[in-house]
Amino acid sequence: MAETFVRLSYLLAAVLFVFSLKWMSAPSTARRGVLAGEIGMLVAVVGTLVHHEVVNYQLIFIAFFVGSAIGVPLAYLMPMTAVPQRTALSHAFGGLAVALIGTAKFYQHSPHGFTLVAVVFETLLGFLTFTGSLMAFGKLQEILPTRPIVYRNQNLVNLSILGAALVLGVWLIADPQQTWIFPVFSGLALLFGVLLIIPIGGADMPTVIALLNSYAGLAASAMGFAMDNKLLIIAGALDGSSGFILSVIMCRAMNRSFTNVLFGAFGQLQVSESKVEQKPVRSATPEEAASILESARSVIVVPGYGLAVAQAQHKLRELFDALTRRGVDVKFAIHPVAGRMPGHMNVLLAEADIPYDRLFEMDEINGDFAQADVALVIGANDVTNPAARHDKSSPIYGMPILNTDHARTVMVIKRSMNPGFAGIENELYYMDKTLMLFGDAKSFLTALLRISGTGYATPK
Amino acid sequence: MQHQGFDEISLYVFLLAGFLGFELIKRVSPLLHTPLMSLTNAISAISVVGAIIIAGSGEANALSKTLGFIAVTAATINLVSGYLITDRMLKMFKKRDGEKR
Repeated sequence: MAETFVRLSYLLAAVLFVFSLKWMSAPSTARRGVLAGEIGMLVAVVGTLVHHEVVNYQLIFIAFFVGSAIGVPLAYLMPMTAVPQRTALSHAFGGLAVALIGTAKFYQHSPHGFTLVAVVFETLLGFLTFTGSLMAFGKLQEILPTRPIVYRNQNLVNLSILGAALVLGVWLIADPQQTWIFPVFSGLALLFGVLLIIPIGGADMPTVIALLNSYAGLAASAMGFAMDNKLLIIAGALDGSSGFILSVIMCRAMNRSFTNVLFGAFGQLQVSESKVEQKPVRSATPEEAASILESARSVIVVPGYGLAVAQAQHKLRELFDALTRRGVDVKFAIHPVAGRMPGHMNVLLAEADIPYDRLFEMDEINGDFAQADVALVIGANDVTNPAARHDKSSPIYGMPILNTDHARTVMVIKRSMNPGFAGIENELYYMDKTLMLFGDAKSFLTALLRISGTGYATPK
Repeated sequence: MQHQGFDEISLYVFLLAGFLGFELIKRVSPLLHTPLMSLTNAISAISVVGAIIIAGSGEANALSKTLGFIAVTAATINLVSGYLITDRMLKMFKKRDGEKR
């Protein structure tokens, strides 16, 4: 009886998880998706608690309590700019949980055959996700240097360690009595996680987070194989394919391959000075910028992570409101890698109360730039560089970009002419139709709003 | 008590769930990719189920109890914070309301 209940609860949970992801497809149903996921989880946990094998409840409830005590503040106190760090951290927790269960299973049940194969995969993926995600967390939180850390023969060393771990795994499967192999194998998996992430630069973090998401899912799936639990297999496979798709999207958005992200150490090659010739740029004062914006009929704003660094989202919202009230059509063009994880920029703008139906992804809006009076670039750089289209020598050649240069007038709010994160000169800044608005994003937007104060305040 | 042989059905389940995942995730608007990732994160905290079985089992030795306890805690952190922060983010996504026009 109880056994049937457990099985049915898992079946129901699996169905709810599928609906949860299905409803996630559009903002109007997304919150229902979260609810479905929560109910699914609750059903599965209650089902598990009545499982005949489970008899010690005390320990479990203490763990629930401790976990919730940490989880609740983590969810409510995290600023939205720090969501990538939180995500990396939760991949680490997920990997750790799976790996520890694999370890416990290995020592307690002495598995062999197919179950041992699953345990080996589970532990390998779990441990490497754990340390890899911790490294990603450190880089995003800037505890660790965000520049790639490289040394000679790095790829050779990394691959040898992975190879050694795999050989040990196979050996263990062939001869399960050799229990000494297990801790060595686990150690190599932990080490490989660290080494995999240290050569990856800050600009590649969106891909890496998505990839670690995928690994965390596959680890959970492996755990399902080891425990003969279909619910775990399904949930893990859903998570694994989600992370995989997102990392492919991120790779495409940067025109890079997986191998290039993982083994390419982007960002250190470009230290070589690009042509340092002093080309003239046109700059404009807040007064001039304000009058151009006021006379525009359509404006496309191109926000980048620099906007969030300058904490200027709310000022941007005020400008959006002011322009909209004057009848200006204001849209936002979001490049897939605009933030620090997939979709991050949308969350940052939504937090500032910018309506989501004004946010457009790259493919949707690229055709509209030609009709736009003004393209206003704030805190974005490489994703607007026309060199990506035609300059074969540019490191970003081939990367899909926003067609900012097609707009009638381009305005770029930027602190100085310093090239951005990847150290690549942006041709856009030297075009005749481009006006550079020098200054901090937040103070420049404040100045814009103040200057045209009365003009913006009264509706047409 | 547990089968140790090659489990074909599980592999079918894995492959089909993977394909289903691809189809579902492809339809998710890029607008929601960040909440999507925290949602799948929370869903993969379903590993808590395995952790409960290991930690709460009557035959669990000290090692299993310790590792199981840490695992339940870690998975609970993910589960709780994952769902809550996803909902917190989704609440922020609003359409343009009428008054602004």
